Amino acid sequence: MSAIAAAGERQNREAAEAVPEAGFRETAGVRALRIIVPTVMLAIVLVIWQVWTTLAHVPPYILPAPSRIIQSLATDWPILLPALLVTLKITFTSLALALVGGGALAILLVQSRWIELAFYPYAVILQVTPIVAIAPLILIYTPTTQIALLICAFLVAFFPVLSNTTQGLKSTDHNLLNLFELYGASRWQTLWLLRLPGALPYFLAGLKIAGGLSLIAAVVAEFAAGSSGAGSGLAFRLLEAQYRLNIPRLFAALVLLSATGVAIYGVTSLISWLLLRKWHESAVRREN
Amino acid sequence: MTDATATAAAAGQRRMPAPAGARSLVSLRGISKTFSNGTLALKDMSLDVGAGEFISLLGPSGCGKSTALRIIAGLGEPSSGAIEWPGATHDARGKPEREIGFVFQEPTLMPWATVAANVWLPLRLKGMSQRTARDQIMEALAMVGLESFADAYPRELSGGMKMRVSIARALVTKPKLLLMDEPFAALDEITRFKLNNDLLELWEQFGWTVIFVTHSVFESVYLSERIVVMAPRPGRVFRELTIGAPYPRSEEFRTSPEYGDYCRLTSDALHAAMAAGET
Repeated sequence: MSAIAAAGERQNREAAEAVPEAGFRETAGVRALRIIVPTVMLAIVLVIWQVWTTLAHVPPYILPAPSRIIQSLATDWPILLPALLVTLKITFTSLALALVGGGALAILLVQSRWIELAFYPYAVILQVTPIVAIAPLILIYTPTTQIALLICAFLVAFFPVLSNTTQGLKSTDHNLLNLFELYGASRWQTLWLLRLPGALPYFLAGLKIAGGLSLIAAVVAEFAAGSSGAGSGLAFRLLEAQYRLNIPRLFAALVLLSATGVAIYGVTSLISWLLLRKWHESAVRREN
Repeated sequence: MTDATATAAAAGQRRMPAPAGARSLVSLRGISKTFSNGTLALKDMSLDVGAGEFISLLGPSGCGKSTALRIIAGLGEPSSGAIEWPGATHDARGKPEREIGFVFQEPTLMPWATVAANVWLPLRLKGMSQRTARDQIMEALAMVGLESFADAYPRELSGGMKMRVSIARALVTKPKLLLMDEPFAALDEITRFKLNNDLLELWEQFGWTVIFVTHSVFESVYLSERIVVMAPRPGRVFRELTIGAPYPRSEEFRTSPEYGDYCRLTSDALHAAMAAGET
């Protein structure tokens, strides 16, 4: 007995040496460069842009200098902020609905072949039909423009969650399913303890795609809906700035949209990393 | 009984092989299995497994040895024939309580769960909390020498260690019957020999019944009391061999002329079985 344990220990130690703890051996210097290099790159581009527009006397209604854009961000903040909040609200509400709806429908679809046969084709049809084409119809049927925008953004963000999660739920290790059957696991236990954790990486891949798409869809839907006036999102402010040839404000709105997109990408990546870092290959950093 | 048994008893072994014809744990009576695509995977297989025996099912791929193991485990019903569990109690629906541990060819661990949580699984599915199951989990991990790795994730372990976890999970319910489906086939030879030794030690100590599926003549001779040689197309029992060498078996046995003789005998039987499958 002790011989087994001792031998096991020996083997364990070897293996423990062979596999580094989570593989975090990146030096602080390399990590700093990851941030410094892109920042310097951005600074160079901005400086060239600033110098060129100043020296060549490019009029701000063609291409505003970065300083003008920043100035516009500051002065137009009272107009831009409410618009940003409206866009954010539509983006995140639709994303949340897409995650819940897509996840729930995926669980439903894998319960039976019949349910999948009945529903899946329509989910695909909804996805492949251009959102801009459905928007007018949705606008007619819904009481307010906001709800119409929400539905449009939801329809776009929903599909990647659905298809990824369905794929994940179907990719459960067959031997593990056998094991659960062997130990008399209930359908609920198999779903909760095996199928859902196994599908998590797929669901999170869907989340990353849906996060970006929900912002894009929120903007496109607003273009399509042609909403205007107070209570409108950034898309309306973009169009408005274009009509008024207020190009600095247009750029400022664009900066806000890009920043939002980057932030969404960062947050979804972080969530994914936090949930998978212990066990999934995609989140584990390895040497060699 | 054979001389070997007598010698083993005289040497004061911790465990004695069950005498032939003793109470059997499970009996297969004319089991056949036809898959939905029409393949006859197993034809008329009969086998008595005595309590405490170590039996190997040996044969080339397609001889139905894994199919037989799965049917014993209750994964899939036989197309015809019956399995009897003479000593087992029956549950409310009249199904026998099998008390089985199953080890697959792959470690088949849940990558998102720690080693301890993986071993906990069979107890968890019975509704036991991790706190209540803790002692049992640690006991099972200690059996395979992995108690210090309870909080590690499977991906941090070597192939041999993953297989040990898989064995610990099979043992945590204290099963009467351990079913092993080519468990060490994917491991390197050094690791395989070591796990063979460990498995034998545990078996001698705890005295469960083991049915071990393998395609290795050497492994089956080293481990088993009885080898069931199976032939393919259709899968069937070809011949049964008794390996009379006493336990404990160690590296000494692995290099003895006796071992060589048994291997030759078994190998001949296996070749005959494969030849029978060709025709």
